[in-house]
Amino acid sequence: MLTYLVKRFFEMIPTLLGITLISFFIIHLAPGKPTDVFSELNPKITPEARERLEKYYGLDKPIIVQYGLWLKRVVKFDFGESFSTDRRPVMQKIWDTKQPLLERKLFITFMLNLIEMIIIFLIAIPIGIFSATHRDSLYDRITTVSVFIGFAIPSFWLALLLMMFFGVYLDWLPVSGLKSLNHDSLPLAGKIMDRLRHLVLPVAVASFGGLAGLSRYMRSSMLEVIRQDYVTVARAKGLPENKVIYRHAFRNALLPLITLLGLSIPGLIGGSVIFENIFGIPGMGQLFFNGVMGRDYPLIMGILTIGAMLTLLGNLLADLGYMLADPRIRAK
Amino acid sequence: MTVMGKYSLGSLIWKRFKKSKLAVAGGIIVGILFVAAVFAPVLAPYNPGDIDRAHILVPPDMRHPLGTDDLGRDVMSRMIWGSRISLAVGFVAVGIATAIGLFFGALAGYYGGWAERIIMRFIDIMLTIPTFFLILAVIAFIEPSIWNIMIVIGLTSWMGVARLVRAEFLSLKEREYVLAARALGASDFRIIFRHILINSMAPVLVSAVLGIAGAVLVESALSFLGIGVQPPTPSWGNILTLGKDNIEIAWWLSVFPGLAILITVLGYNLLGEGIRDSIDPRLWDTERK
Repeated sequence: MLTYLVKRFFEMIPTLLGITLISFFIIHLAPGKPTDVFSELNPKITPEARERLEKYYGLDKPIIVQYGLWLKRVVKFDFGESFSTDRRPVMQKIWDTKQPLLERKLFITFMLNLIEMIIIFLIAIPIGIFSATHRDSLYDRITTVSVFIGFAIPSFWLALLLMMFFGVYLDWLPVSGLKSLNHDSLPLAGKIMDRLRHLVLPVAVASFGGLAGLSRYMRSSMLEVIRQDYVTVARAKGLPENKVIYRHAFRNALLPLITLLGLSIPGLIGGSVIFENIFGIPGMGQLFFNGVMGRDYPLIMGILTIGAMLTLLGNLLADLGYMLADPRIRAK
Repeated sequence: MTVMGKYSLGSLIWKRFKKSKLAVAGGIIVGILFVAAVFAPVLAPYNPGDIDRAHILVPPDMRHPLGTDDLGRDVMSRMIWGSRISLAVGFVAVGIATAIGLFFGALAGYYGGWAERIIMRFIDIMLTIPTFFLILAVIAFIEPSIWNIMIVIGLTSWMGVARLVRAEFLSLKEREYVLAARALGASDFRIIFRHILINSMAPVLVSAVLGIAGAVLVESALSFLGIGVQPPTPSWGNILTLGKDNIEIAWWLSVFPGLAILITVLGYNLLGEGIRDSIDPRLWDTERK
């Protein structure tokens, strides 16, 4: 198992290199020197900033050397300085060590995605199992139709509708940010409630899309497993149906979902841009979006690379989870 | 090839397709979208760019069935013209993605070896980078225009097709008819295009139709965020931006364009699933209902 892990870890290296190559390629996408475009499209850039940038990318050197230099910094998580007026290092904007953990951009996005994923799993799995065990029932048909709608609904539109209904019309829930203006004056319980209330709408919207896909997948995975011989055997030996489903079928049907979890990470991270923008959440997605709007190239490249690294890490964890969950693989 | 007509493959597929109500519904939705896009100048009651400062943010009524926006433009007319954007982005982006996917998939599946290893690794890498981040990053470096949006969506969504085509090629290239063609001295080019590609078109078609749905969603999200189709060109996504800006006073700006996106995407998805079910011969004998 350890050797597999080590092997798996080293397999990530070429992928990681590939990601940095693509990022680097995008920087050089525009014609001419990157700095030409930077200063042309970003009139705010000062000559000093331009010079720093040329030095950072080593633009007087051959392109291979440039890539090598850039890579050397990326390995140390040094993505250069942001173009925005504060000119802070990109890494500090993403992970500000001077701020409490709850305020750091990367942490906010990471936590939100984690909560979403847990909620998706908690809801989608029972829905999928029930659909599979009650195949073609009215319930199964209703969920099938709902899944089709779930796939088709634009998440940002759902966000608008919920904001309009719960935020504006009923005025029950806050529609923007992660905490109220008077947050700091609240007692501890109030602080927690305040944060939770702010989380309801963004998490609901972000989970909704994933729900459709995962419940569908759980349903077909379950249908597949129920047909297996060992389930027939379990039934034949007189086990109650509950036990057959939850002890024998469920565990095996769950396995492919772990892989799916790993595959869904890029979508979740990418979706953060939309949700954080709509709900005014100060996370990595919003930082990225502002970077795109302000053509803050170092920031864009930094977040792109980190987003890809997080995905890789997620895939590795999913593999690990798969190994822990499946004794057949563990034995190898 | 004379046994056409009632029992030909085409009519069998059509018969199965017709049987599925959902698939036909999907086809009708897509058909309506086509009609709206093609006949937009005739169907739209107003010119989509006409500003009417005397009637801004008018709720739906007889004169403006879907209300007006913050410049007094007729929302229904803008939505009908916006269907052109949706249609064009869907087809062009998926066309690009399918072409790239076919090329890499065929190359990897047919030749195998190091070409396959490099291509598959490349696909893994592309799948690791959050697509929406990648699209935004590229757009930061180029001008956001409808053509660039189409190209960028196409360039970032070909990986699924490539995997699919590779799998098809891996299984088809060992079939007898391919071996026979090779024995007869057919060139690789001929075998790939005339023999294998033709036979793997069905799943590619399905994934293309489903891909259009995805492209429509991405375009609307980009336009909503203000980095897609730029105003004053109307698109469903950028009408929704106005909906967000006026969320407390103009519900119609949020509700109708979103509904249009939902129905369109639903239509393509149903159509795609319908085609998938009707061209899969394994499902032909096992009619359950």
